[in-house]
This record gives sequence, C-alpha cells and structure tokens, in this order.
Amino acid sequence: MEFIKPGININFVGNRKWAFLVSGALILATILLLIRHGGPNYGVDFTGGVLIQVRLDQTRSPGEIKDALKPINLQDSIIQQFGDKSAAEYLIRVRKTNLELTGLSDQVKNALVSRFGKGTEIRRVEMVGPKVGKDLRQKALFAIFYAILFIAIYISGRFELKWVMSIIMALSLAFVVYLTSSFGVSVTWLIIIALIVTLCLCWFLNLKYALGAIFALIHDVTITVGAFALTDREISLAIIAAFLTIVGYSLNDTIIVFDRIRENARRFRRRPFPEVMNESINETLSRTILTSGTTLVVVAALFVLGGGVIHDFAFAMLVGVVVGTYSSIFVASPVLLLWERKTAGNADQAKKGRKNGMRINSA
Amino acid sequence: MSKNLGIRAGIIALVVVVALIYLTPSLTKKLPPWWSNVLPKDKIHLGLDLQGGIHLNLEVEADKAVESNLERVVEELKHDLRKSKIRYLDLKRLGNEGISVKLMRDEDVNGLQEMLRANYPDFDPGTPSYEDGKPVFQVMFLKKARDRIMRMAVDQALETIRNRIDQFGVSEPDIRPQEGHRILIQLPGIKDPKRAIALIGKTALLEFKLVDEDHSVDEALKGHIPPGDEILYETSIDRKTGQRRRIPFLLKKRTLLTGEYITDARVQIDSRYNEPYVSLTFDSRGARLFENITGRNIKKRLAIVLDNKVYSAPVIQDKISGGRAQITGRFGMDEARDLAIVLRAGALPAPVKILEERTVGPSLGKDSIEKGFKSTIIGGILVILFMAFYYGLSGIIADFALILNVVLIMSGLAFFGATLTLPGIAGIILTIGMSVDANVLIFERIREELRLGKPPRASIEGGYGKALVTILDANVTTLIAALVLFQFGTGPVRGFAVTLSIGIIASLFTAIFVTRVVFDYFYNVKRMKKVSI
Repeated sequence: MEFIKPGININFVGNRKWAFLVSGALILATILLLIRHGGPNYGVDFTGGVLIQVRLDQTRSPGEIKDALKPINLQDSIIQQFGDKSAAEYLIRVRKTNLELTGLSDQVKNALVSRFGKGTEIRRVEMVGPKVGKDLRQKALFAIFYAILFIAIYISGRFELKWVMSIIMALSLAFVVYLTSSFGVSVTWLIIIALIVTLCLCWFLNLKYALGAIFALIHDVTITVGAFALTDREISLAIIAAFLTIVGYSLNDTIIVFDRIRENARRFRRRPFPEVMNESINETLSRTILTSGTTLVVVAALFVLGGGVIHDFAFAMLVGVVVGTYSSIFVASPVLLLWERKTAGNADQAKKGRKNGMRINSA
Repeated sequence: MSKNLGIRAGIIALVVVVALIYLTPSLTKKLPPWWSNVLPKDKIHLGLDLQGGIHLNLEVEADKAVESNLERVVEELKHDLRKSKIRYLDLKRLGNEGISVKLMRDEDVNGLQEMLRANYPDFDPGTPSYEDGKPVFQVMFLKKARDRIMRMAVDQALETIRNRIDQFGVSEPDIRPQEGHRILIQLPGIKDPKRAIALIGKTALLEFKLVDEDHSVDEALKGHIPPGDEILYETSIDRKTGQRRRIPFLLKKRTLLTGEYITDARVQIDSRYNEPYVSLTFDSRGARLFENITGRNIKKRLAIVLDNKVYSAPVIQDKISGGRAQITGRFGMDEARDLAIVLRAGALPAPVKILEERTVGPSLGKDSIEKGFKSTIIGGILVILFMAFYYGLSGIIADFALILNVVLIMSGLAFFGATLTLPGIAGIILTIGMSVDANVLIFERIREELRLGKPPRASIEGGYGKALVTILDANVTTLIAALVLFQFGTGPVRGFAVTLSIGIIASLFTAIFVTRVVFDYFYNVKRMKKVSI
C-alpha cells in the first residue's frame, strides 16, 4: 500500500515564496499576539502563585465560585473549568504573590465547603513562591538555550564535518552570553541575543545546514508559543518540556531531509542544487508524512483521552508536530538556498544560480 | 551468515529475558519467596503526580540561626566581661553581622581585645572607634564561622525533618538538601497533606519562661512593657461557641529551660477529662535544671511556650524532681501526637519557609494513570494496525519491535530505579509514534531498492545500510534535547526526560537490530522470494 506514489515531483522549492509568506505571517501574528498579551502567558510555575484544582458536588458557574471565595478576599482569582464539561472540576488560580501562600489551600477548601457542602475535594495544589518561580523560569530558559547550542554544535559538526568551526561558534557564543549577562540583561533577552548571534555566526562561518535547522526550530517553537497565546493556554514547566521535545522532533524531520539532500548532492554533482533539493524533499515525502501521521495519531490519542493534567502538553505536541513537519519541508531546506545568493559574488555561479531558479519556477 | 544470525537472536533472547525479569515485580502483586532472594524485586517508582503526595521545597532561614547564635554569644560575653571586671556601657547584637561593645573605661581596651582573641576565635575584634569619648568595638563575625553555622543549621534541619517524617510514618520519603539553604522533600501517598506540612514546618522551639506577676498585663498592652519582659499569647478555642480567643501573657524574656534536654515525649490521656496531653522526660542535666527552676519559683507561674505561643502557664506547687513535665492545652488526638513527634525529634535550628508546595490528591493520581494508560493503548493499537495495513508482513515485524520497545522502556525504568511520571507516560506515547519512524525510514528505502529491481536480500541489505546513518543522526538530536531536559528539569519533567532517553535507545535497538534479525530469518534462512512491504 502506498499513499505517496514514487516519482512524485511537487515543486516545493519553486513555491517557497508562498511558504515564506505563510511562515512570516504566522511568526508576525505570534509576535503581535505576544505584544498584546504583554509576553507569554506564564503559569504559576514561573510567576509564582497558587493553583488549586477542586472537584465540587455539581457544576457551578465561575461567578458562584468567586462569590464563595469572597470571604477570604480571593474573589479576583481566575476560575476555569477543567477537563470534561460534565465533571464539576475547576482550576482556581491566585496570582497575588504578596499574599502568605502557605495554608491558602486550606482557606479555599474551608470557604468552598461552607458554601457548597461536604462534596468539595481538593485534588491538586501547586504553590510556588516568587523566588522559586523566578528560579524555574531561568532554569527553563537556560534549558532551551543549551539544547539549541548543543544541537547547533552537533549539526554543524556532523553535517559539514566542521567540528573546528562548530567549536569556534560555541566558544564565541559562550563569550557573547558571558559578556551580555555581565551587563545584567534578563534571561529572555539573553536568549534572543544568543539566538541572533548563533544565526549570524552560522551565516558568516558558512554553516548552512546548521543555519537551516536552527532557523526551522526557532520557527516551530515560536509558532507553538503563538498557538498557546491564541488559545489562552499557560506555559508551565511541562510545556517547556514539550517545547524541547518539539525542538528534538523538528530537527529529527529536518535532518532526514538534509541527509537525503547531502546524499543526492554528492551523487548528482552536475545538477543544479535547487533541483537536487526538490527531488530529495519529494523522495523523503512519503516517510515524512507517515512518521508525522503515526506521531500525530498517538499525540491526538493523548490529547483526547489523556485527561486535563496532560491536555496542554498534548496540545503543544500536536501543534509542534504539524508545524515541525511543515517547516522541514518548506522552511529548513529553502534556507539553504540563501547560500546561492550569498556566493553570488562569484559571477559564474551567480549566472548558474539564476538560471536554475528560473528553471525551477517554470517547472 | 546464519551462524551469525544465531548469535544475534541469542542477544535478543537474553535482552528480553532480562527485561522480563526486571519487569515482573511491577506486574505481579506477590512475588514467590525464592524470587526475592536472587532476583530484582523493585517495582517501577511512580511519580507524585501519579500516586499522589506532596512535593515541598523549604528554605532554612539560616540567618536566624546566626542571629540566635549571636544572642548566645552576647550572653556569654556579658558573663565573661563581668568575670574579668571589664565594665561596659552597652553590649548588643548588630543584626547577624556581629556585636557592638561600648566600654566605660579606656584602659579596658587591651583587656577586651586580648579576651576576644583568646576566647572568641570566630570573631574579629577590630580596632575601637570613639563615641562620646568612650571606646566602641564593632566585633564582627568571621565569614567562615558564619558560613559554618549556616551549613550546620541546614544539616541539622535536614536531620530533624528526616526524623519527624520517619516518626510520622511515610513510606519511601525523599529528602535531600539543595543549593541556597534549601531542602527538597517528596512524600508519596500522603493522605493528609495539611497535617504533614504542619509537622515538617514547625520550628518546635520549646521554652519555659516565668510569668511576670509584678507588673500588670493591661499596662504592658498599652505599650509600657517593663524591660526584660515580653507579651506572648495563648490561643484557645471555645468548645461551645467555636470562637478563637487570644489571651495575653506578660512573661520574663529570659528562657529558663528549652526543649533540647528532652529525651522522650509521649501522648497520654488525662483520666479526669479524657483529654490527651503530652508528657515530657528530660535527660539528667535537664532534670537537674528543672528541679532547680521549680524549687526556686514555688507559687509562681511557669509558662510553657512553643514557637512563641503560650500553651499553658501552671502555678508551680512544689519542687519537681525526676525530670518529668507535661504539656496540657486542649489538644485533639492528632495534634497531641504530632506535638509529641516534634518534641521527640527536636527543634529546628532555624525556622523554615515553604517556597514551593505541590500536592496531588490520590484520586487525581489514579485518574491520571488510568487515562494515560488508556491513551497509550489506544494510540498504540492505532499505530500497530496502521503499520500492518500499510507494510504487510514487514509492518507486523515493526509492530513486534514496537511492543518489545515498550517492554524495554518499562523494564529500563525499573532497572535504573527511575520514576514514571505523567509527562513520562507522554514520553512513552511519543516514543511509540517515533520508534516506528526508524522502521518507516528503513522500509521506504527497501521499497526504493526494490523498485530499482534488486533482489529481496540485496534490497534489505541496501535499505538498512542507507537508512542507518540517517536514523542515528535524527535520534541523537532528540537525545541531546532529552539530556538537557534531564540536567535542568525537576520532578515530572525529569521523569519525561528519562523515559524519552530510554525510549530512544530502546527504539534504536528494537527498530534496527531486532527487525533486521527477523528479516534475515525470513529472507536468508527461509529464503522467501517476495518481500511483503
């Protein structure tokens, strides 16, 4: 049985302008959303505060619950239905970090019991002090940063056999990070600076595969963050784990396409690079779709059946797998073509490149 | 080739047997007795999010330990100064930095310096400055000594908390020190989190202080607190109305005796009121002190103060020898039992602050396991059906590898003593999706080779050969992400990283090595002519 017939030839590379347009629009939308929301919507893990999951005897409106919390001055809490619609389960989030957090869950329980009766059950309490929240945020961001750094080193070393280059890159990156952090820059900016520096370094050190891969994974994580902002979901520790898995998954996909490009580029030295690239994408298309398909099936099972606690995690994975698959076809590989233009200083090659581009476009 | 095949099949059989041995304790309720003697008997650990429990991150306020240490040194210094006839105008603690001494006479400067150097090695006497013509010393605590006290405070707090939890009775508690004077505590399967947290967080500093009966409490409440006195409260709850009342006591600040001499504390029932109380036993030194205190203060009231709350203030009727005392105060049974535990385990050297608390009720944990399990099975079955449908016999071989993969992940968790968390289950599910990826890559390559018209054996050979490097490359990056997660994550996230890492390694083994052996058996030994793929 075959979904994708062999010999398929879709002109992915020629249509890359459309892909860039879509990706650009999605990233821009993410940035705008984040600006409107004033940054990502961090959960209590990172902001500090209290999250209490309660089960009541029957469904109640958020207003009723807020009303019940009035005697203990928590009527400003955010109340959210949790899990199935029929289950009377709610999340109560208290963001006031100046409050004495210890013992708060007891107060909430007492307040709810006195209003709704004995059927109230506190199922989960997550209390994170502001200090720990800050620590966790830093840790999470550093985790993302180091993951990207190590992966960049691995890809440039492995793919282009430029281990020296990749070590130079790592060292200069570490130096830049050290320098900026000594100016007391916040970790978020540190990461943004580090990413820009990484991309620039890849560009100037001619690490094109690393550039493509890193570009794709920034693309994927950014859009997933955007999906979170759009659906008003919170970013918690587990979600950061999901993001890192998306990073791994996105690369997984990208690397398989890149591997084929390298293999074919070696085999058909005489054929123009864009053409070889398009063929490689087409050859791996069947695998790309099958693997994404099976992964999507299991993640969707988790999303639908996994229950409330894991729901957002599964959502992140769902978005990440879709975007990751898309980016390995439409984003990572076309980035390699930027090199065609970069090396255009050489007149001969420039001519060849332009001609190839035309041929692809008309194909 | 077929001899080689035998060895490879043997390796697989060995791995499977070892995996099943490690997995058996988690699958059966009761192991036969001969099993426990020779074979592993540890079940897979479930994370707090799956079995319910408390995760606490405490900070030992080590500064307070330094402060109370300085307070003690101030008292000692006063004593020593009196003994060596050095007169001082003022002697006080400077925060947690040191002590300031204002001397009366200039000629005592050398004497004080010598005394400090000889008897107080933890302090830097410094040079005196002059204030109203009197020499003032800023005796600073050396950093090394301060750090030592802080470290000791954390160590002692750790020990005390461990003791309390042991006595409270929690199976498999995990208590470990962390950077920045912090202690991480994980208590699985706790039914009453509120009580456990109260028990752990209580400083439990027991003090005996005299009630100041020469001055009036009402005057003191208006702000005229006599020097050397303090006001502390007793909280009592009226049994009938349920109202809380706070009764003020005017106490002498000086502590006559603390709980450090307690050797035992037990709950007993008062036969008259049928109310529990806690009886204390002091060691011989404590007993002597207690006898002295009670002998000297007959007919006065002695307040029993725990963490600056008055529990009771009985009138001393007679000298009490034998080193026994009791704390009454309308306790519930649990409250009395917990009080006895904290008094037995001893006081914390400094108060602790709860920085982070995560509690998962047992019912939620059970729900999570069930739902996680259900989605794993359903997702897995869908993938298995799809593979068999799409790739025929080859798909079934991949399915076999997939099932083996899940078995290996589970036994890997048992083998490494790793913890299975809810994100960990998600990790397993993800591995199910991704482990077929290796087989998809191989099968697509084999199909390509077959299309080129190669015979089955050569196609399989070529397919595996070409896909191998790609598979390794692709999995190394995910492994890097997982290892970074492991390094930076805590709790559930770490569980996810562990399952993902084990899953990647296991899937490489099953998807490449195991399926290859099966393929070789079918097409090299059995010499099947057509590849079903």
